[in-house]
Amino acid sequence: MNEPTLSIKEKNLLVQTCLLAGKILIENGSELNRVSDTIKRIAANAGVPNLRAYVTITGIMISIDDDDTVAKIAEIDQRDFDLRRIEVVNRLSRKFAAHQITLHRFYRMLQKIPYFGRYYQFWQRLLAAALLSGMISVIFTHDYGDFWLTSVVGMLGWLIYQGVRKRVTASFISEFVAATVIGMVAIMAVRLGLGHSADNIIIGAVMPLVPGVQITNAVRDLIYGNLISGPARGIEALICACALGFGVSLALIWLG
Amino acid sequence: MYFILVLIEVYIATVGFAVLINVSPRALNLSGLVGTAGYVSYLGYQALISDNYVAENLVGAFTIGIVGMLAARYKKMPVIVFNIPALVPLVPGGQAYQVMKYIALRQPHVAFSYVMQVVMIAGALAMGFLLAELFIQAGDVVHRWFSTWRATSYRRK
Repeated sequence: MNEPTLSIKEKNLLVQTCLLAGKILIENGSELNRVSDTIKRIAANAGVPNLRAYVTITGIMISIDDDDTVAKIAEIDQRDFDLRRIEVVNRLSRKFAAHQITLHRFYRMLQKIPYFGRYYQFWQRLLAAALLSGMISVIFTHDYGDFWLTSVVGMLGWLIYQGVRKRVTASFISEFVAATVIGMVAIMAVRLGLGHSADNIIIGAVMPLVPGVQITNAVRDLIYGNLISGPARGIEALICACALGFGVSLALIWLG
Repeated sequence: MYFILVLIEVYIATVGFAVLINVSPRALNLSGLVGTAGYVSYLGYQALISDNYVAENLVGAFTIGIVGMLAARYKKMPVIVFNIPALVPLVPGGQAYQVMKYIALRQPHVAFSYVMQVVMIAGALAMGFLLAELFIQAGDVVHRWFSTWRATSYRRK
């Protein structure tokens, strides 16, 4: 082993790079097994096999087990799904493993990732939300009559969710408001004779918002032995489901 | 005919969710196909073997795990890009919402049966992914043994 020993400055940069990569991965919905795997792999490729990483869903701590120890912490406040960023981190990490980019360049390119935009225009995402709600409702209930109404209500719900989320910083309020509007619109539409079953319309329309994937990720984290992050993610998904369920029940209680 | 219609619907729903979570356009079509493959095995198990929702979801997630891993290797992208959209027709999101609705409407006994469904389905999906990962790793090991065995036997000859 004639690995070049890194200077303290380079070790600091390595720890910062690992922190940033892990932070981006967790913020965009990766499971924790993959995050610690990526961090260990970056460190091994930089020639530091004795890097220690403690990864949870709300923060990461990384240090190098060394005489001139450097340890750093990153906190993670918000979690969302944006697979483009995960993909970019993955691609950069592969390039780094193949020695196509240096550590400095890797870190600089990671710093640009939070400014990446969306692949799709707003109307395309709106259309996707409408199709998702309509199709899911048809798959679950085999009722083709409510397809158009479910699509429209789902699109409206997603629109309100995005609008409230952009303006209000408190989490779970956006889900609550969107679910209330979805419930009220669905019930009114059935009363006006536009649809058959309010329940089917509501189930389809809340589908772009429900935390089904988060629940499954929580169980996956638990199975891999992340006994802190698995339950934390589960609680987050539970509160999100609570907000949706209470929002719809509010509409049901008001309009009966 | 009805079966094909359901598969088209699953494909569109999967691609819709993929657009919402910003999957790259290069992977959209394949993620839709992975989702359809998962739902085919789900429906096939339901029709041919038994109508048990835990086993159905396990089989569906297992298929998604394997096909998703193959797609990820083909496109050289992280496997999560294909797995998460493909999971959407199977995840217990609807049931999770029903739980909270019935709790708010003061019918806890109905809510509890939905809680059991959510927990069992989420567990089945996670176990399905784990089994798929084990299966792929086992396949890689066998492949490596086979290739080294073939190389050495070739050299001997």
